[in-house]
Amino acid sequence: MSEPTMTPPLGGGTPKVSKVSEAVIRFAGNSQDGIQAIGGFLARLAGRSEQEVMTFMTIPSTISGGPSIFQVRIGSGEVLSAGDEADVLLAFYQHSYEDHISSVRKGGIVLYDSDHVQPKPEWEKEYRHVGVPITSRTVEAIGGTAKDKGKNIFALGLVAKMFDLNVPKLERLISERFAGKDESVAKTALGAFHTGYGYSLGNLLETFQFVESAKKSGHQVVMTGNEALAFGLIAAGIRFGAAYPITPWSEIMELLRRELPKYGGTFVQCEDEIASVCMALGAGWAGRVAVTGSSGPGIALKTEAIGWGVMAEVPLVVCDVQRGGPSTGMPTSVEQSDLNMACFGGHGDSPRVVLAPSSVEDCFYTAIEAVNIARQYSVPVIILSDQSIATRIETFEEPDLQKVCQDLTPDLSPVAEYTPYPLDGRVQRRLAPGTPILNGHYPLASGLEHDEMGHPTGSPKLHMQMTARRRGKLQKLAETLPVPQVYGPPEGNVLLLGWGSTHGPIREAVDRARAAGDSVSSLNLRHLSPLPPGLENIFAGFNHVIVVEMNDEGLYGYGQLGAILRARFCLPKIGGLNKTDGLTWRVREILERAKTHVADGLRKL
Amino acid sequence: MSETTVEIPPRANPAPIPAAPASAPAANERKALTKKELAADHPTWCPGCGDFSVLALYFKLLEKRKLWHEKIATIAGIGCSSRFPYFVQANGAHFIHGRALPFASGVSLTRPDLHVFVFGGDGDAFSIGGNHVNHTARRNVKMTYVVMDNWVYGLTKKQTSPTSPIGFKSKTDMWGAFDQPINPMKQLIAAGATFVARATHTNANHLLQMMEAAMDHDGFSVIECLSECVEFYDGAFDASNPRKGGKFELVPATHDVKDELAAYKLADAPFPGYFGVFYKSDRPTKNKLEADLNAGMRAKVAGKKDWEILQATFNRLK
Repeated sequence: MSEPTMTPPLGGGTPKVSKVSEAVIRFAGNSQDGIQAIGGFLARLAGRSEQEVMTFMTIPSTISGGPSIFQVRIGSGEVLSAGDEADVLLAFYQHSYEDHISSVRKGGIVLYDSDHVQPKPEWEKEYRHVGVPITSRTVEAIGGTAKDKGKNIFALGLVAKMFDLNVPKLERLISERFAGKDESVAKTALGAFHTGYGYSLGNLLETFQFVESAKKSGHQVVMTGNEALAFGLIAAGIRFGAAYPITPWSEIMELLRRELPKYGGTFVQCEDEIASVCMALGAGWAGRVAVTGSSGPGIALKTEAIGWGVMAEVPLVVCDVQRGGPSTGMPTSVEQSDLNMACFGGHGDSPRVVLAPSSVEDCFYTAIEAVNIARQYSVPVIILSDQSIATRIETFEEPDLQKVCQDLTPDLSPVAEYTPYPLDGRVQRRLAPGTPILNGHYPLASGLEHDEMGHPTGSPKLHMQMTARRRGKLQKLAETLPVPQVYGPPEGNVLLLGWGSTHGPIREAVDRARAAGDSVSSLNLRHLSPLPPGLENIFAGFNHVIVVEMNDEGLYGYGQLGAILRARFCLPKIGGLNKTDGLTWRVREILERAKTHVADGLRKL
Repeated sequence: MSETTVEIPPRANPAPIPAAPASAPAANERKALTKKELAADHPTWCPGCGDFSVLALYFKLLEKRKLWHEKIATIAGIGCSSRFPYFVQANGAHFIHGRALPFASGVSLTRPDLHVFVFGGDGDAFSIGGNHVNHTARRNVKMTYVVMDNWVYGLTKKQTSPTSPIGFKSKTDMWGAFDQPINPMKQLIAAGATFVARATHTNANHLLQMMEAAMDHDGFSVIECLSECVEFYDGAFDASNPRKGGKFELVPATHDVKDELAAYKLADAPFPGYFGVFYKSDRPTKNKLEADLNAGMRAKVAGKKDWEILQATFNRLK
């Protein structure tokens, strides 16, 4: 946040209600405390209240236990990132308190479980401390054998009181969440909630109220990036998929396994990563474009088969939910370090399509775009999501499902003849087996270099022609891509260029820089292979093009997209900001690093 | 293959995929395809290769059972025998090494109207693709898989294969192989394949019988067909060929094909062993189990369009 939106006095006085336009609340505890559930409730509530929300979470890669946080930013206006600093920290343990106090802005509120946390006097001067015996009060309220289970819901009650949240709506959310379980579960949860809500916040002399948000046109939906991607695939008409579990991709396959049967589709959990991409290719060959997915290690295993998809020109959608690499790396941390593998991974010249969604909402639409490109150009399409966008919750305007949902049932009506790999420059769609071809010549899908019908050839000339054909169709695709829109003025000193999930924080950085009088614009690339047209003209308008990425600066000083752009445009003004701490970009971090990068400052000379 | 090939026009009302395979299409006026109509490229195999008989019998099977071009999916991995799809005038896929089975599973599970045949060698089946054999078998995905076992790597010119017998001298075991070879029958039975048969290229009638029975089996049916590599393992299977003084012995008539243990014992017989169906089970296919699951789920949303089903889900995400 550039400006603290809550500016309450530190001193005493009479209780008052302050209007705020947004708030950042960080819950810190252990992974089994259910703090993600609190975040989920708040996010859904925001969605139902026409507010925008974005969340951020870290989870340990252990099965149970280990510190975990969930940060939620709720705003009446546009919310582009999960927030640099928290207005409120809710700390369940001493380690939560000590590890996360630095994330609270000065003067912010620290709500702590006085059963577990011993506050430090020096911090009590800088932050407003409110101690609540969360554990003992929860046990007291719920009783029974549940121990401290339910303290997350108690804490939700505290937050609801502090921010004057809509209680009936929250009650409904809690009831919905436990619907289908024993009635007593929802009752206990509501009991915990009301005990928290009714708890006197003692020395906190102020509560807050969100200002009314500008009414949005449609209804809002609330979901994670993984959910949006999976639902996008369903909307696109995908009815078959195959995969192997891996964090953070597994949620997508779990969802598709659960949902696809309703649509007459099937999702297969395979014996390994290789089998899953092969099974998806088999379905694609059979006329049912299919999805497989994984995270970095699994995508590496799939590369040989993806190369077959390129060679045989069979449609395929591959989701890569990136995490820190290489090898097992940082399984629950974010990184954008699979771009090179997505664009170039594989043997031989194997051009493929790579897309990167820029927000949770965009995950939904990117899935549809990926399916359509795969079908139209008969090519594997890789969607580069990442851990942060996969797990974060956002609100977005509900898609017009009647309009966007597609039926991809293959058409098997007879054709006169069919050439799968024409050399006359045509982009050819695959014809599904089962289609009678009246001239009696049936196509082969071949991993060997082949002629126009798919029969193997060792002809150097054909290999050159076919290689050009596979490249050429992606060049044709590039011509149809929209020119990306610059955020901010189209000319200026600095262009911050990002791809995929960094869209939000980079845009917020532009807003903040411009408010401070700096000449900064931004550009988000969703199409990474092939690149969209018009970039030359955009770059010409700026003195510096800084590629902001969550990957290493590499052997030669440029991140993965930075290196591609330098190779493509040969512009010395293309530089990079890179990081590998496994966390999303903070707005302040981008601006500070950009200032260091541009020696003469961000302001236009 | 010409520049005048017609563009496939966009077709507005796609015909739905027929639900079940029609093994014996009734009242079909189309004549059975002839070998001429079924043959595509001239096989690239060496003269005398056992794979020729398998191809010839495949044509015979398609002709006899009146399967049409468009209903056949011929799929293979990599190897000499895996060149198979190029020689068949039908939809074919020459996939990557060892992965023909998952690929074919994707075809089988999405297209119940197609007859899925997979051809490959011992390297594909028992070495690089070994794990896929196990899992395709346990899932019982409906397809017919013919493993043309020649006990040697032929395409790469005589390296040891997973079925090469101990003592076999190859370019990678110049002193004679000493790693225990895989017993294909045992492996397939243990993995849960629901139709396991053994045949040899030198007994055409028997091989055709096995191929027909495999095709008619509702499940994952596998035939290990001995197919001699005359170039790199000449005479490997002479002991099974009466014309070369060997013995072709059928599975005893008393053998109960549902008896897994008995099948395992048959598989233990020293070469040339027995030929015929070792094991057969009517365990339901994955195709059926998934279809049943879907039928139950679809009943709950009966009458709803796809977008309405998704809308109902979205309504819960508000």
